[in-house]
Amino acid sequence: MPQPAVAADDPSPSIPPTPAVGRSVPRKDAAEKVSGEAKYVDDLTLPGMLWGRTVRSTVPRARIKAVRLCFDTAGFTVVDHTDIPGRNVVALIEEDQPFLAAGEVRHIAEPILLLAHEDRDTLMAAKVEIDYEILPPVLDMLASTEALKRLSIDKGDLEAGFAEADLVLEGEYRTGSQEHVYIETNGMIAVPEPDGGITLMGSLQCPYYVHKAIKPLMDLPGDRVRIVQAETGGGFGGKEEYPSLIAGHAALLARKSGRPVKIVYDRGEDMWATTKRHPAIVRHRTGVTRDGRLTAMEVDVVMDGGAYVTLSPVVLSRGCIHAAGAYRCDHVRITGRAMRTDTPPNGAFRGFGAPQTLFAVEAHMDRIAEALGMDPVELRERNALRPGDTTATGQEMQEDCAALDVLREAVERTDFHRKREEYRGTGRGIGLSLFFHGSGFTGSGEVRLASRAALEATETGVRILVGSSEIGQGTRTMHAQIVADAMGLPYEQVETALPDTAKVPDSGPTVASRTCMVVGKILQNCAAEMISRLGGLTPMEYARRHGPLVVSQDYVPPGDVKWDDDTYKGEAYAHYGWGCNVAEVEIDPDTFEARCTAFTAVEDVGKAIHPVLVRGQIEGGSAQGIGWALNERVVLVEGAMANATLTNYTIPTTLDTPPMDIVIMERPGKHGPHGAKGVGEMPIDGPAPAVVNAIRHAGLDVREIPATPEVLMAAAPSEEAACASS
Amino acid sequence: MRFELNGQEVEVDAHPMRRLLDVLRVECGLTGTKEGCGEGECGACTVLVDGEPVCSCLVPFAQAGGTSVVTIEGLGGKHPLQRAFGDHGGAQCGICTPGMILAAVALGPNPTLEQVRVGLAGNLCRCTGYEAIYRSVLGAYEAVDDRRPAAEAPAVGGGSKADGGAAFGTGADGGRSDVAGAGRSRSNGSGADAGAGSAGKAGL
Repeated sequence: MPQPAVAADDPSPSIPPTPAVGRSVPRKDAAEKVSGEAKYVDDLTLPGMLWGRTVRSTVPRARIKAVRLCFDTAGFTVVDHTDIPGRNVVALIEEDQPFLAAGEVRHIAEPILLLAHEDRDTLMAAKVEIDYEILPPVLDMLASTEALKRLSIDKGDLEAGFAEADLVLEGEYRTGSQEHVYIETNGMIAVPEPDGGITLMGSLQCPYYVHKAIKPLMDLPGDRVRIVQAETGGGFGGKEEYPSLIAGHAALLARKSGRPVKIVYDRGEDMWATTKRHPAIVRHRTGVTRDGRLTAMEVDVVMDGGAYVTLSPVVLSRGCIHAAGAYRCDHVRITGRAMRTDTPPNGAFRGFGAPQTLFAVEAHMDRIAEALGMDPVELRERNALRPGDTTATGQEMQEDCAALDVLREAVERTDFHRKREEYRGTGRGIGLSLFFHGSGFTGSGEVRLASRAALEATETGVRILVGSSEIGQGTRTMHAQIVADAMGLPYEQVETALPDTAKVPDSGPTVASRTCMVVGKILQNCAAEMISRLGGLTPMEYARRHGPLVVSQDYVPPGDVKWDDDTYKGEAYAHYGWGCNVAEVEIDPDTFEARCTAFTAVEDVGKAIHPVLVRGQIEGGSAQGIGWALNERVVLVEGAMANATLTNYTIPTTLDTPPMDIVIMERPGKHGPHGAKGVGEMPIDGPAPAVVNAIRHAGLDVREIPATPEVLMAAAPSEEAACASS
Repeated sequence: MRFELNGQEVEVDAHPMRRLLDVLRVECGLTGTKEGCGEGECGACTVLVDGEPVCSCLVPFAQAGGTSVVTIEGLGGKHPLQRAFGDHGGAQCGICTPGMILAAVALGPNPTLEQVRVGLAGNLCRCTGYEAIYRSVLGAYEAVDDRRPAAEAPAVGGGSKADGGAAFGTGADGGRSDVAGAGRSRSNGSGADAGAGSAGKAGL
């Protein structure tokens, strides 16, 4: 371990500490995680604790006729919707989803009944029979007539744009669902408090989302609902909104039994019942001049929202805003709709709609290049956004716009053009993708969130008080670095409080690549406020003399970020990160399996606060994207996942993951701490189109993912066609 | 039933068909061993039985009698691999980490990159893309004097751009050329399934 410039117990301000930002300082949570001491929710046991279980529908759409308990109910706690003290709605964007079905089910795996017992085996053996009156389900998003959200983005004059074109190319691109496969499944413990309140501890990303959902369910004021994050074994968006549901279930069982209740899903239930990435169908119609200038882009985005609204409107919104890609074009129309189907609700997943639409536009760009007989790099160079250009929403690009930089670096670094020639006709292929990702909540979302953060001076240093969660990405470490430098303290003297709604303010959800750029910035402001209050003392000196000092600050919207929710015009995001991925593939001529053999990612994050953590986000997100591109197929039968096991739904192992070459670029933005622009989601935007463009280079016209052997085989020229052409 | 647990002889009363995973977590109170899937795919529950990595969710307790079992707690937080997983970013969310470290312990000191890739093929990680895990395992055994801890690596670019590979060179980068042509076997393909690591773990 490197020694701090100032020993932890020496508050002497005369020796300035080594800045922490930009250095890969030791993770705050490393020792507990590598020793096995870190406590995840399933590692916690409370006296008198019961186990909880969720009984779910096995049909997609039906009226519930009868529920029969076919077991000796002694020792059991049984809860249905009539036991709910408050309102039976999961409070999120809309209030359409019940915690427990009341008379009707609208998707497979919908929760109907809750059971608890002190012995887990007895609990799991309990048999419940449910009689249904089956209703015809809508399982296909294109067959659905019920839109959860529609939106459109218009720029310029589309018809005038098409009139300028020498060539118009159309295409349809499909992306499959994706399961998060955090290695720790969802879990929650509810503890009934003597005052009638409830405390919940669990695996979650957003303590205040759970808080918001539990208050109306339990009919409790905010100060009697307490949410505490346990160590969380991965999230990727899968623990953004879903934990509200499992928390509500545990709370209802705890209230009725008067005892603590733990619910931990097994892998099968977690995969079968919880949210996934929205499947999408994206259609492009693009006008382009002979020399490769984009004159008109018409994009139509359809996403499958599932049975309830959950976060679909904002997933669709982010997807549509990214749908024209990292390109300038004067005439753009993007339309989008998220359709309701009788399937388990889809939800947040790293990238939040953008990976779906960026896949489409990047696969389409390679088809345009092919149609023009143009090099795909040249086509992108021609159209890539530059400072001063505007996006589809009319947002002007600033000096940190790095589209050309990441593209050129990736092309040069991979010797792209030489390999492009060398691989032709060999069963190998090389392809690339150019992409961007907006950081923070979309549009006016950050203003509405009005996040708050706080700092406390203690006798050992300062303590960060934020609702932001550590889910592996390094929140505790990164925030401590920012605060250490803002306070002029050694990194070791900054600690981070556990996210606990009884102790920390609402810093907004830990999602949308916002935890560094947005919450980190508020913490910088907190540090400035604290310094002004300390009167020249160190925080330790102040706390010893005067007791604890807590300062808090609210989010301050940047003055130059304007957004209109009605017209979808303006600054959709305060900043964008920029990326270029290059994938190399080999295709087995007998099995049609495509294997990614090498992968390069050049990504601009503004500022790498902690280079090892940033690199970890890029490598991990890239692997998850390569899995989505090639392996990860959610097989849906009656709208439910039929391959809900890790045996049949395969995420990349060490042997599936190619060696990765990572380049971190820093084009600082104006608004984030030290210019940081966010990194959590962007790395999953580029891998799938880069892989599919490499498959195209190898000779197969694939326009959907996952690009399984079946998809590749269907894309192969038929034998008749092959014979005719030979 | 008597067995050796982290170097101590212990006697534990549990049903012989109870999963070793549950006996360790519940009866023995050692919660460092994690359950990820319960079907031997993810390797989060990996422990060493007589030095061999096994998925403890697949092992009936009866088979542990008379053996020597090592869990993450048995490494005492002082194994070079534990420190390296912290320094090199091998641990992110941490849920796969105990199993991953024990599977790496079973490889012995100074494995090659290819040995690490094959040896850890039965342990799933969703956070890292495995590269930081390779750097951790390969970096763990570098002589302390020669080591350049990740924490002291120069920050990326004083200017506006930096080369990630150069900024973080910690061993795996040097080995990259070994990887490029390797890894022809794959665990998720239709033919060669399961990967050497997990295949080796199924039986005890």
